[in-house]
Amino acid sequence: MTDVLWQPSCELKQLRQRGQMLALIRQFFADKNVLEVETPLLCHSTGTEPQLDFFSSIYDCPPNKKILFLQTSPEFAMKRLLAAGSGSIYQICKAFRNNEQGRFHNPEFTLLEWYRLEFSLDQLMDEVALLIKILLIPIFPLIRINKISYASVFFQKTALNALEYNSKAYKDYALKHDIPEAIHLCSEDHDLWLDFIFSHKIQPSLINDQIYLIYGYPASQASLARINSNDAKVADRFEVFINGIELGNGFFELADSIEQRQRFEAEIEVRKLNNRPLVEKDCRFLAALNAGLPDCCGVAIGLDRLLMLLTSSVTIDEILAFPIDRA
Amino acid sequence: MATYSTNEFRAGLKIMIDADPCAIIENEFVKPGKGQAFSRVKIRNLNTGRVIERTYKSGESVEAADIIEMEVQYLYTDGEFWHFMVEDTYEQYQADKKAVSEAMKWLKDQDICTMTLWNDSPLSIVPPNFVELAITETDPGLKGDTSGGGGKPATLETGAVVRVPLFVQIGEIIKVDTRSSEYVSRVKH
Repeated sequence: MTDVLWQPSCELKQLRQRGQMLALIRQFFADKNVLEVETPLLCHSTGTEPQLDFFSSIYDCPPNKKILFLQTSPEFAMKRLLAAGSGSIYQICKAFRNNEQGRFHNPEFTLLEWYRLEFSLDQLMDEVALLIKILLIPIFPLIRINKISYASVFFQKTALNALEYNSKAYKDYALKHDIPEAIHLCSEDHDLWLDFIFSHKIQPSLINDQIYLIYGYPASQASLARINSNDAKVADRFEVFINGIELGNGFFELADSIEQRQRFEAEIEVRKLNNRPLVEKDCRFLAALNAGLPDCCGVAIGLDRLLMLLTSSVTIDEILAFPIDRA
Repeated sequence: MATYSTNEFRAGLKIMIDADPCAIIENEFVKPGKGQAFSRVKIRNLNTGRVIERTYKSGESVEAADIIEMEVQYLYTDGEFWHFMVEDTYEQYQADKKAVSEAMKWLKDQDICTMTLWNDSPLSIVPPNFVELAITETDPGLKGDTSGGGGKPATLETGAVVRVPLFVQIGEIIKVDTRSSEYVSRVKH
């Protein structure tokens, strides 16, 4: 009996599109003297983010055995290179996130991640827009750029203040806009409200062939970004969206090892509360920060989703050779 | 109590929402890169027929609806209930007016229908896609008109009214598509 799943789920022309896209990206960075690097997919430690599930594996080397993690992002390793003096670098690699599968998700996916020394967040946003423009020219020749702050876009679409939680206003909004279940689901968790409303009501409206660069995420969602030096309510973090699809995430990178350690510890506490598998702080990454991370901005772009846009695909399976169910 | 995790959500799955049995039409995995994962489902309420959307936290468990679909033979109505039988077991079910609903106007004894049971009682009845019924009332058509153009209303033995070609006469048996209420053909026995 032959297994019908031996064949790729995408058409062969999508493989060629991917190949061309990767060649253009490498050309883009070669022209700017940004070095391509490789870091391990199998790592001794992994991120502590409460919302991410990782894959782990056993390194079997008798008489020793040890757990290694498939990276959820190359961020820590790349910052170790930056701290070691690499200068601006980029990487095209696989990242792995357990339990993520859907129209826009495959547990194994391709990331383009790059770091620019001495760049402001604004400069990095411009570079992201430029690269995306170059890649998407065949399908969106007239694509426009729309830079707007998180709080502004949130207010425009919902009339809610994203930076200050108002229980009654948020609940009234949920009742009026057909998401009454949010009241129970989000309870009094401001960040959960923000995730719910942003992904259900705002993200789907970021359309009309524009590159949306949304900056100034709430400080509670800073992740690995610095808190803004003028406004402690927001983080120096941005995200990129096109036609309702989340494409990437960028930071003015946090370089303070003490603050980073505290954020890790806070996230580990949240993981404990939510009964998520426990992880340990990446000490090598913290040591690198301690040695000194140069001022830099970095961003990760999901290349599979970019390819979906480029090929007008409805599901990620249409552009992957072997998505998880065929892997 | 049987439950389903959001990871098991797929089209056709029957779950309980707000104490009503519902069928999932579509399920979408929604996850901000750095945020909470959700399951956004589009569902049909099997009690009211209404279609709504609902979001769950990814990994949450939802009560399964005890919904079974089975083929049954229509027996008769006593005016208040419509009676059906499972052919293999002779087990009988009585469905009320709400469950029979639109199917009522197509039901003829011995027809095989699809019955949806919720907690072992009939929730809805779907008639066969095609039924053959006699015409009990219609205007006499023009002699010699076989074009089928135009058409006229005809009342069938079950009370349903459908548009038929002008040449079809009282007493004749016709085949009707119950999904569209459209005349298909005459049936010669």
